[in-house]
Amino acid sequence: MNQGDGYISIQNVDKYFGSFQAINTISMDVGHGEFFSLLGASGCGKTTLLRMLAGFENPTSGEIYIDGQPMSKVPPHMRPVNMVFQNYAIFPHLNVRDNIAYGLRKQKLAKAKRNALVDEMLELIKLPDYGDRKANQLSGGQRQRIALARALILRPKVLLLDEPLGALDKQLREQMQLELRALQRTVGITFVFVTHDQEEALTLSDRVAVMSRGEVLQLDTPSGLYERPQSREVASFIGTMNFFEGRVSSTNGSAITVNTAGLGMLEVPKQQGGFVEGDRVHIAIRPEKMELTETAPDTGTRTAKGVLQNAAYLGERSHYYVTLEGHDAPIAVSAQNRFDGSFTVGEGKPVWLTWRDDTAVILRPDS
Amino acid sequence: MSVESYIRKPNRPLQLYAAIFLIVLYVPVLFLPLFSFNDSLYVRFPLESFTLKWYGELFQRDAVWNALWNSIRVGVVVAIVSTTLGIFAAKAITRYRMPGKGPIVTFIMLPLVVPLIIFGVALLVLMSQLGVPLSLYTVAIGHMIVCLPFSIAVLIPRFEGFDASIEEASADLGENAWWTFWRVTLPMVGPGVLASLMLTFTVSFDEFILAFFLSGTQPTLPMYIWGQLRFPQEFPSILALSSIIIVVSFVVVFLGQWINRGAISASTRGDAS
Repeated sequence: MNQGDGYISIQNVDKYFGSFQAINTISMDVGHGEFFSLLGASGCGKTTLLRMLAGFENPTSGEIYIDGQPMSKVPPHMRPVNMVFQNYAIFPHLNVRDNIAYGLRKQKLAKAKRNALVDEMLELIKLPDYGDRKANQLSGGQRQRIALARALILRPKVLLLDEPLGALDKQLREQMQLELRALQRTVGITFVFVTHDQEEALTLSDRVAVMSRGEVLQLDTPSGLYERPQSREVASFIGTMNFFEGRVSSTNGSAITVNTAGLGMLEVPKQQGGFVEGDRVHIAIRPEKMELTETAPDTGTRTAKGVLQNAAYLGERSHYYVTLEGHDAPIAVSAQNRFDGSFTVGEGKPVWLTWRDDTAVILRPDS
Repeated sequence: MSVESYIRKPNRPLQLYAAIFLIVLYVPVLFLPLFSFNDSLYVRFPLESFTLKWYGELFQRDAVWNALWNSIRVGVVVAIVSTTLGIFAAKAITRYRMPGKGPIVTFIMLPLVVPLIIFGVALLVLMSQLGVPLSLYTVAIGHMIVCLPFSIAVLIPRFEGFDASIEEASADLGENAWWTFWRVTLPMVGPGVLASLMLTFTVSFDEFILAFFLSGTQPTLPMYIWGQLRFPQEFPSILALSSIIIVVSFVVVFLGQWINRGAISASTRGDAS
């Protein structure tokens, strides 16, 4: 088996717990210095994959390479990776300083050098005066930083993060996201980040692997996942998506023409091949790619007439739900409230939707 | 609403019951120290004058010191060995998935409920079949069987009280299993280990039935007491000795419980963090 191109290379990895298959033949590469996320609902196998990188679980078959070295026979304490645990796993019997210095024992540093390294980490995580605190005197955000410092002080080749922001409240989480991203750029270490929060994954990552039932559904950049999902599952997992059933009526070199229930004829760019005339397909359009007007727009743009079912005012934007003839589920439309905010049309009134065909995504219905 | 909730409402009959319970449990025991300070050979009311001479007499007998030293040696060895085994067993029970765990745990805990006389007879038969001469070693082996369940029962809540990911974190930070145990596991279960040492020492120190079957020519302290009961003139000294044992046992066990008092709160804290 050859080592792949990546700094981390996961090759044909399967993992069974008894008869349950947690990981179903995953292969992927992570680049050096990349902020890489594993995204999925609980039970999708993302944490199992992370624990295999750390060495707490071994693949049933397949191999994981880190910086060119096969890892299957390397125990956790010999691996060039460190982990930030979901509950941080701070040692409660040690103070902050001893927690951070925990992994330095083997390096047999002089005391002054050791203290200097710890001070440097305390500075990096912005807790310079907390060295003598006990672990149980720390808040969630502080524990999280100690866990980071404890791992980063060893200069790992890869830092593994298991939902490290999950236990923090919303405001602190957003602040820690920014700090984490800045920290990763500063230290230049490859991060593998596990999360079930799609917004977090999109905000932080260079690339994201969306996982479900032990498989990688799509591995892409955040914008790639959002703008060009390759399956209905990914499209609905990331953000909100409107789906329309349709049938391919014709194809040419660059575009596919689809006849949909609800939106009529659409000419969507050919993102993936293999669609032929007569195929049943789904067309997906994001809520913010559609515009809502109370009067019929100028001809020449794509438009559909519907009835406003209800509207939700969310401050900086509003969500509208519009029913279209021939389409069961209401269509979600999201609009920025750039002017005085509230859209004046009452519920039950006729409205017009407009969109550009190139914002639509064509998907196979079974995918 | 009243300040006292339904649960907190004082319940006179229950309080009375609790008081009677404690009296019935401990008043007979209190007769021992009472008569040990009585200046009379006979255990009967009314009490004669107060004396410490029975205690003083104890300290002049070599046989008492000898038996005490035997019991301490057996107790220390039993405490260390059964607590060490208990640590491994408690860690295995709380940390690892293994087939048939429930029956195995029940099996380990069985000596708590099986009559000791059965273990005593069984071990005696085994030892004589193997041709092992009876000595303090055979007493210690018997005591370990009885003490191991106590040790495990004390240690399991300690191991359950902290998250396995703390040990994983240590491995992740570069420490192998031995160093992880030394730097993380042992400090965290430390109070439980001390409590287990004290409890198992006390159990071994006070144990009579197994010692009766398994001791050779060297008696343990309870064996010595049993032997002296034949001599009426020795009886007050035995009362004095028993009183000392009761007090020391109480102190050691309560100290162990006090050291280990954080076990339950630590387990709830571990989940919240």
